[in-house]
Amino acid sequence: MSATWWAIVAVCAGCYALKLAGLSAPRRILDHPGVQRFAALVPVALLAALIAVQTFTHGQSLVLDWPRTAGLGAAVVALLLRAPFLVVLAAAAVVTALLRMAGL
Amino acid sequence: METTTRSSATRDGLGVGIAVGLSGVAFGAAAVTAGLSVAQACVLSLFAFTGASQFALAGVVAGGGNLVAGAAGALLLGVRNSLYGLRLAGLLGVRGWRRLPVAQGVIDETTAVAMAQPEEESARTGFFVTFVTLYLTWNATTLLGALGTSSVADPAVFGLDAVGPATFLAILWPRLTGDDPEARTLRPIAIGGAAVALAATPFTPAGVPVLLASVVVLAVILRRPK
Repeated sequence: MSATWWAIVAVCAGCYALKLAGLSAPRRILDHPGVQRFAALVPVALLAALIAVQTFTHGQSLVLDWPRTAGLGAAVVALLLRAPFLVVLAAAAVVTALLRMAGL
Repeated sequence: METTTRSSATRDGLGVGIAVGLSGVAFGAAAVTAGLSVAQACVLSLFAFTGASQFALAGVVAGGGNLVAGAAGALLLGVRNSLYGLRLAGLLGVRGWRRLPVAQGVIDETTAVAMAQPEEESARTGFFVTFVTLYLTWNATTLLGALGTSSVADPAVFGLDAVGPATFLAILWPRLTGDDPEARTLRPIAIGGAAVALAATPFTPAGVPVLLASVVVLAVILRRPK
């Protein structure tokens, strides 16, 4: 088996084990009030961080991709107008695609 | 009422699953361009099934980088799924062997859709619909992207790279914009998390910035024990 296959097997097994580890944490740990509070709040911090990283970074550099940023801006406008969830996603994709098509 | 929230959870799950799943084309294409075989690209999507880690490994293969460091970086990106698991464990209520198939679905998008639902029943529906839809779409489009690297268009052309951040924003929005105590607690966590991640990006390897955002949560809990 090639080195690349070994790396792939390691990543597949490791990623699955990481998912299972959180889901299978012992009841004793999950029931701890501090852990419950942390678990309830941590997705908010991680998802907000993902929004920032996926919008404004490329590799290890900070970037300002105008079409993508405008797409996110369109999502904000849709949210302010109380548009349904899927309309928000469509607004982001359509605005980004149109600006890219326009060559920005 | 219950039927309404469940069908809205189903609609959210289908939408996110298909829209985000289409980006599998980008992964399949990137993997083969990087020098992975079609089979290797598909194995990663079937068994790792967590986009950021998959892209990270393909990137290292493309750059001819150290595979051990590359695998470690991919795993670091997967650590946040453990944190999501802590949250989902109570919500999904799966025990014993049932955890084995369900665990594969513990990722950003499924957690996000589950969190957006008003009650536990629809949160479970949201999780499973997103998981199944995204799993099928992501794997099918990985194969398509890997087979037809040049003939399949770049998903960025369709603005699909904006769908991920827009999804997470749409899900956090109602919880952040209210005037209730919860929103007042969550706003600094969200803004702080985003700021920490951006500030850390130039100085830390991929995966670390997002994980560092969880430090903000620790700071808030320690400051206001409850």
